Amino acid sequence: MSILIYAEFAEGKFKKTALELASYAKKIAGETGTTVTALTINAIDAAAQLGKYGVEKVLNVKSDKLTAFNAKAYADAIKQAAQKESSKIVLFNSTTDSLYIAPLVAVALEAGYASNVVAQPISLSPFQVKRNAFSNKAFNITEITTDVKVLTIGKNSYGVFENAVSATEEEFSPSLNDADFSVKVESSEKVSGKVTIADAEIVVSGGRGLKGPENWGILEDLAAVLGAATACSKPVSDLGWRPHSEHVGQTGKPVAANLYIAIGISGAIQHIAGINSSKVKVVINSDADAPFFKVADYGVVGDAFEIVPKLTEKIKAFKAQNS
Amino acid sequence: MKILVCISHVPDTTAKINFVNGDSEFDTNGVQFVINPNDEFGLTRAIWFKEQAGANVTVVNVGGPDAEATLRKALAIGADEAIRVNANPTDGFFVAKQLAEVVKNGGFDLVIAGKESLDYNGGMVPGMLAGLLGFDFVNSCINLEVNGSDAKAVREIDGGKETLSAKLPLVIGGQKGLVEEKDLRIPNMRGIMMARQKALTVLEPVAANSNTKAVKFEKPAPKSAVKLISADNLDELVNLLHNEAKVI
Repeated sequence: MSILIYAEFAEGKFKKTALELASYAKKIAGETGTTVTALTINAIDAAAQLGKYGVEKVLNVKSDKLTAFNAKAYADAIKQAAQKESSKIVLFNSTTDSLYIAPLVAVALEAGYASNVVAQPISLSPFQVKRNAFSNKAFNITEITTDVKVLTIGKNSYGVFENAVSATEEEFSPSLNDADFSVKVESSEKVSGKVTIADAEIVVSGGRGLKGPENWGILEDLAAVLGAATACSKPVSDLGWRPHSEHVGQTGKPVAANLYIAIGISGAIQHIAGINSSKVKVVINSDADAPFFKVADYGVVGDAFEIVPKLTEKIKAFKAQNS
Repeated sequence: MKILVCISHVPDTTAKINFVNGDSEFDTNGVQFVINPNDEFGLTRAIWFKEQAGANVTVVNVGGPDAEATLRKALAIGADEAIRVNANPTDGFFVAKQLAEVVKNGGFDLVIAGKESLDYNGGMVPGMLAGLLGFDFVNSCINLEVNGSDAKAVREIDGGKETLSAKLPLVIGGQKGLVEEKDLRIPNMRGIMMARQKALTVLEPVAANSNTKAVKFEKPAPKSAVKLISADNLDELVNLLHNEAKVI
């Protein structure tokens, strides 16, 4: 009856979102008098790392066949772990990989599925959760009516809380069939050493106000001192100034960062929808009437080409003083 | 190749979002509905397959009669025929079950659905459909090539992309990248006229469970006014971000 989480392990460690997921699950486990089990794939030192956040049992799958991500095979392993644990609640992050797997697991377990969940369940019986809908323009209270429930939890919607327990780890060997491996990874391209929008705590984003791709240096400098990811508005990606992978907004990537800094972005409704889950928003724009000022927490009216380099220097000085 | 493109009928991206009946239902009053953008990228790719390789393209929606205008638009863009499953699309699993029935009866090789709709943002229909059918599945797909029964798909991953090989029959969760924004088509008069002649079949739903229900909706709390900081006083901004917002 334990709560099962799928804890993503990548590049030698668990991501912060996996620790948040463990914290989220532990809270529900505390209220329902059960425990948290994590399914991990080819993880190292999982019990120690996850035990700190309330996971009592780790089922680690060790398999060379699962070194490359494979949605169907991963989903099959998670389904079998949920059955072994008789889990009624199965939790995922909202990473690209987890969003790929979760509906497959839901179908296999005949479970109701709610995505984009933004907080702890409102009630456990009936089982109701609050989720983002209408591209962050509204919340939707969804009730899951099936015995088994699958949720994907939005980034930064609960927080990471230490809750150390002694965790045990056992090797788990799900039975996987050939059909699970029908889709194969041929090649993978990943930009290394760069903060991704999905992982970033801070995102620095530029719009048409920056006038051209050659001016992105000031934005990248600011991102570098903040350890931030860079992003852009839709017109900027449509113009080919920046790659599509940086386009954030309703039809681009969603952003749920702690801090979102919009530079030269007027703030079209579709853009705001995509970034609205971010906690704190700063706008720098020469047009005091730009709609972004209506949704921002802090705003500076003025020329980005003067303000941004100055701000970068100020933050650099601040960091030097406070480190 | 027979392609099925799943179309959600969603409020235009600029629509004001309000609710009625004790915040239990979306207020459609005065709202313009469109083809869900993620679906439109897939539809345009499907039409590209039609033009390049002679594929047949059917569009399908699970919804009420009001969705027919959206299906007609898809026909005007170039789809060959349309199906509407006459049911209220309240739950992703219910919709996936309806679509699975359409796929089985229609013998489709390739099913393209947007990775999520812009109304409920469930992001579950393509995956559930693949799961129900036992088909190969690629989500967040940003490029797709088909050669005989072999497909090569590129999917977006956090911080990059991944190239996958798969076999037909295949379900794709599509998004921008399947085609670019500039490749999207605006129906012309000839397309609109031809769409009137194309078949739009209405099917009754098969029995299926709903695993979830939308209890109610809430709008985000109104935002307090922005704090303006003078461009000459950026120290104050750094101070506020550190001491007040606690984000740096």
